[in-house]
Amino acid sequence: MTMNDIIVKTITRIVLPFAQLYGVFVILNGHISPGGGFAGGAILGTTLILYTLVFGRKKGSKKFSHRASEIAESGGIMLFILIGLIGLMLGGSFLTNLDAGFPAGELGSILSGGMIPLLMIAIGIKVTSTMINLFNLLIDEGVHS
Amino acid sequence: MVVLNVIIVVFLIVCAVAIGKIKDLIGAVILFSAYSLMMSVLWLILNTPDVAITEASIGAGVTSILFFAVISKTRRHES
Repeated sequence: MTMNDIIVKTITRIVLPFAQLYGVFVILNGHISPGGGFAGGAILGTTLILYTLVFGRKKGSKKFSHRASEIAESGGIMLFILIGLIGLMLGGSFLTNLDAGFPAGELGSILSGGMIPLLMIAIGIKVTSTMINLFNLLIDEGVHS
Repeated sequence: MVVLNVIIVVFLIVCAVAIGKIKDLIGAVILFSAYSLMMSVLWLILNTPDVAITEASIGAGVTSILFFAVISKTRRHES
């Protein structure tokens, strides 16, 4: 499944880094502006799907292999649970934020809101790998007529 | 602003009815993509930019790509 159209390939090469940068921006600004881990992760995952669609499954899996996507998918949710358990250990409930001693930071900057940026990054990793994993599973499936 | 809202809602209803009626599945997916895009504009007018971003990336982006992947594995026309 590869496209041999030079217009599509060139446009993809130009657009891809900007789209990925936008995805990272949405993830990192999740707690101070609209967006967040889910939306940003979906944007990042869509750029990886676009790369796989245009340059083929083999080149796509060289950039982000099945093994790496498995590790990212499990690691993202493990990171989320680990951050939640820190609050439990320091004497609060699950996902206790400022009472557990996370620094509050400066209002309106990226390093603020205690552990929320870390949670956003964890969700972003998880959703990105889930998107590319879903697409690869559908493509690798045999043809049923 | 009310006029714009009404126009978008009418567009959404027409799209939704057409998705049910159309026999060509690729056409249905494209109509669904247009529906999602208009829906995200409507969310933006209703002052929920968070939902608008999610609708634009999930509804118009990922869902249609997954539908296209499924259609490429099966038949294009509904019998």
